Amino acid sequence: MSGHLRACLALLRRDVGSAARRPGDVATPLFFFVVVSALFPLAIGPELGTLRLIGPGIVWVGALLSSILAMHRLFAADMADGSLEQLALSPTPLGLLVAAKVLAHWLLTGAPLVLVAPLIALQFDLSADATGVLMLALLIGTPVLSLIGAVGAALTLGLRGAELLLCLLVLPLYIPVLVFGAGAVQAQLGGLGAQAHMSVLLALLTVAVFLCPWAGSAALRIALE
Amino acid sequence: MLSVQQLACERGRKRLFTGLDFQLQPGQCLHIQGANGAGKTSLLRIVCGLAEAASGVVRWRDQDTRLDPGAFRADLVYLGHTPGLKDEFSAFENICFQSQLDGVTSSPQQVEAALQRVGLGRQQALPLRRLSQGQKRRAALARLIVRAAPLWVLDEPLAALDLPAQQLVADLLAGHLHAGGLALVTSHQPLGVECLNLRLGA
Repeated sequence: MSGHLRACLALLRRDVGSAARRPGDVATPLFFFVVVSALFPLAIGPELGTLRLIGPGIVWVGALLSSILAMHRLFAADMADGSLEQLALSPTPLGLLVAAKVLAHWLLTGAPLVLVAPLIALQFDLSADATGVLMLALLIGTPVLSLIGAVGAALTLGLRGAELLLCLLVLPLYIPVLVFGAGAVQAQLGGLGAQAHMSVLLALLTVAVFLCPWAGSAALRIALE
Repeated sequence: MLSVQQLACERGRKRLFTGLDFQLQPGQCLHIQGANGAGKTSLLRIVCGLAEAASGVVRWRDQDTRLDPGAFRADLVYLGHTPGLKDEFSAFENICFQSQLDGVTSSPQQVEAALQRVGLGRQQALPLRRLSQGQKRRAALARLIVRAAPLWVLDEPLAALDLPAQQLVADLLAGHLHAGGLALVTSHQPLGVECLNLRLGA
C-alpha cells in the first residue's frame, strides 16, 4: 500500500514540478479568470445593486472556463512522450495515479482561483461574509470541476478537435456545480445562509472523488489501445 | 514462464497475425522480426496488456496476465518507441521518478551508477531537451539497470543508438539473460546475444 502512495506522491511532485518549470501554464488560466471576470463590471457600469446580483454567477462562469482551459493538457503531454504508457504499466492502479494527476491539476489551476477570488469579489462589491462563502464554495467546487474535466480529457484524448469536443462534453456536466456554487453566495446575500448549498457541493465532491478517477482510468486504457 | 497461446491481433479490419504460439523460459530471449506494419509493436503491447488481443491468452508464471495485472506489471519493464521521459527534467530526475512509479526503492547512488553505465555520467543533471535523440534512448536504458524486473519487453531498443551503445544493449541483455531473466525484443538488426527467432507476417 505504501508503494502505491509513494508512486502517487512521486507523480504529484513531478506534475507540480514540471509546471514550476513552465510557469506560463499556471499563469494563463489564472489571468484568463481575472480578466474575464473583470470585463463584466467594466461593461455593465458602476450599478452596485446589479453587480452584487450578477457577481457570484460571473465568478463561477469564469472559474468553469478557466478550469477547462488547462484541462486538455492533463493527459495529452503524457500521451505524446510515452509516459502515459508507463503510468498504465505501473503496479499502482491507474485510478490512483489519475487521482494524483487531478490533484496536481487542481493545485495548479483550482487553488489559485480560490486565492484570487477576494480580488474579484471586490469588483462586484460583495460583502466580507459573502466573499468568505464564495471562497469556501470555490474551495469545494473547483476540485469537482477538475475531476469531471479529467474524465472528459481522458475520453477525448487523441481525437481530432479534442479541445472543442472536451468543452461540449464537460460544460453541461459542470452545471450542478455552477448552480449550487453561485447559489451558495446568493443565498448568503439573501440572508438564507449557505449551508444547504454547501452540503450539496460536498456531496457532489464526494461522489466525484469516488467515481471520476476510475472512469478516467477506464477511458485512458481505451485511448491507449 | 511466459507463454502465449493462439494469439490473434486485428487493427481496424486488417488481421495482423493469428494463431501465434510461443513460450519463453528463464534465460531466453525472443527476437521478433518482420516488415514494417507486420504487428511487432502490437504484439509487444498485447503482451504488456496495453492493447487487447482479438483472441488468445498471455500467461505469466502459469497465470492469465489479465487476472492479476498488478502482479504482472511489477515483473515487467517495457521500453516503447517513446521512452516516457519528460523533457524538462534531467535524466537523473526522470529515472528516479520512474523507479518510484515502478515501486522500486533505488538510492541516488544506484541511479547515478546506472547513468554512468549508459554513458550519461556527465549529462545527468542537464534537462533532457538539451540531449540528443540517442542520448535520450540511452537515458531510457538506465531504467533497465535500476530496475531488476524479470521480463523485459523492448521495442526497437537499438534505434538511434551508436555502435558502443548497441554493444551496451547487447551486454545488458546478456547479463539479464544470464541472471535468469526473459526478454522480448523487436529489432531489424542482430541483437548480439543468442536468442529464439520469431518472424511475423511470414
